[in-house]
Amino acid sequence: MSTLEIRDLHVSITTDEVDKEILRGVDLTIRSGETHAIMGPNGSGKSTLAYSIAGHPKYTVTSGSVTLDGEDVLAMSVDERARAGLFLAMQYPIEVPGITVSNFLRTAKTAVDGEAPKLRTWVKEVKEAMGNLRMDPAFAERGVNEGFSGGEKKRHEILQLELLKPRFAILDETDSGLDVDALRIVSEGVNRAQETTGMGVLLITHYTRILRYIRPQFVHVFVDGAIAEQGGPELADQLEDEGYDRFVTAGV
Amino acid sequence: MSLLADKTSRPAAPHADSAAAFAPEQSRAERTRSYAVADFPLPTGREEEWRFTPVDRLRALFRDEPTGRCLDWQESLPAGVTITGMSVADWQASGAAAPADRAAVVAAAHSGGVGVLDIPAEACPTEPVKVTLVGDSGDLVHGHLLIRAGHHAKATVVLGHRGRAAYSEVLTVVAGDGADLTVVTLQEWDDTSIHLGQHDVVVGRDASVKHIAVTLGGAVVRLNTNASYAGPGGTFEGYGVYFADAGQHLEHRLFVDHEAPHCRSNVEYKGALQGDGAHTVWVGDVLIRAAAEGTQTYELNRNLLLTDGARADSVPNLEIETGEIAGAGHASATGRFDDEQLFYLQARGIPEAEARRLVVRGFFASVVSRIGVPEVIGHLMAAIDEELGAV
Repeated sequence: MSTLEIRDLHVSITTDEVDKEILRGVDLTIRSGETHAIMGPNGSGKSTLAYSIAGHPKYTVTSGSVTLDGEDVLAMSVDERARAGLFLAMQYPIEVPGITVSNFLRTAKTAVDGEAPKLRTWVKEVKEAMGNLRMDPAFAERGVNEGFSGGEKKRHEILQLELLKPRFAILDETDSGLDVDALRIVSEGVNRAQETTGMGVLLITHYTRILRYIRPQFVHVFVDGAIAEQGGPELADQLEDEGYDRFVTAGV
Repeated sequence: MSLLADKTSRPAAPHADSAAAFAPEQSRAERTRSYAVADFPLPTGREEEWRFTPVDRLRALFRDEPTGRCLDWQESLPAGVTITGMSVADWQASGAAAPADRAAVVAAAHSGGVGVLDIPAEACPTEPVKVTLVGDSGDLVHGHLLIRAGHHAKATVVLGHRGRAAYSEVLTVVAGDGADLTVVTLQEWDDTSIHLGQHDVVVGRDASVKHIAVTLGGAVVRLNTNASYAGPGGTFEGYGVYFADAGQHLEHRLFVDHEAPHCRSNVEYKGALQGDGAHTVWVGDVLIRAAAEGTQTYELNRNLLLTDGARADSVPNLEIETGEIAGAGHASATGRFDDEQLFYLQARGIPEAEARRLVVRGFFASVVSRIGVPEVIGHLMAAIDEELGAV
């Protein structure tokens, strides 16, 4: 059983030499096997939370803490966080030309596990995972995200999630830009990974439709850089009916 | 007009050290080609062909006098492949392409003789021909080499350059009809070395020549590669990989002269730069003459700036005198190292140094995959990793 604990997290970004505070004291605790949905209007800081946990250099943590089973995540480099068991499925995965997907996956797996995977079982595992996500095997020999469509990039993110088996996965608007078939396939991948590994999931989304496939036990409404309200799955249903207006006006 | 017949052409007006000498040329074809040193005044650095080059560091290589020095040769020749000598006079009489700048004309005049590497007609050695030239004293050396592949020969020649030297060379590559020749030139000099080269590639009828330049070492390296076609149906591929560190000047100029019909050319050069004062230059000239109908040509240069303080100049030029071509294009781009790519790889657990290596290897991958000589690729990748280790 692992715990990812976020305490009073304040995060700023610097643009044109002006600091702007995006996160204003976030508190959140996620345990293995749990699924938390973070919902909120655009610009509320949801993605900032995701990238701050992953350690993107653009974001500066000004106070607060993030710990994984008591270990200080904020003191770790980006790759150390990943090796500690954190995974960020990005909203806009980056293209890295010239590195094949298969080479990338093997290199990442080796880094995360601390040893190279056994060739025969690894090849089989990759093939099977790609099949489950309805990915053409030819993708293995293409450059990382190079020329992938939006939907292909998302499948590739979930492929990595299934293969790297993190302790906690943060899914940053994984549903955006997916048609209903792709949304189902990707969601099944997340559920499969959770069943296999018992990972905790932090699902960041603007809309409720992905919650029909990935059922959260906890729903947090994110407004203006902090959690404004939390509850169970019924809160998501309420948001679907009412939208974010209530929170946005309250914030003004 | 044939480039081979053009060897003594010169501009109508004599060169004078005045503004008149710098009147912009109307066509790439107008540049002087000659065996006479006097036809090439000392470069000032303002000329089109010298404007990016640190000419002040090259004065000794422009001086019209022999040095009597040579580089140490190490050869590995497959059966049937021979190295012999030829006098400079015989070489000139053979109709080979003439020197095109001051350094080349001096090198050709004072090399003391031409080394001739012959691959017999229809020979297909399975092992590459290897010649490595090594300098140990830093001396000024003039070199002159002719590589001849007979008709329908198929071979790979790897020409290595190492050690300390100020080397000025002319290399002529003549591929007979239907030949399939790959020439790899590796510049792995010590950091103090200087290397100026003029490489002329003559592609025979239906022949295919791949010229690959890999430039990693040397204080100043400048290679001018000129390709021309002796008949229709030929293919020239020019690939290059360079990696400039602090203080290095690495320059590659290409001129593909399409005068025969139905020929193809493809040029792809990729370079990485790191450190203060690292400077690379790539100039890609392509001329499609009126007679060169059905030409297909493309040239591409990409540069990756790994740190601040480095500079990459990239100039593609395309001159077309006929509309009856199959295709012509060029692309050039210089960009900084993308930190988002680094973040993406690190976010998957890959340590920073390894992630950097992957990104740079990925950048070079497209051109490296075209080299097609496994031992050169392995060697090159190891050398690039070593360069990155020095960041």
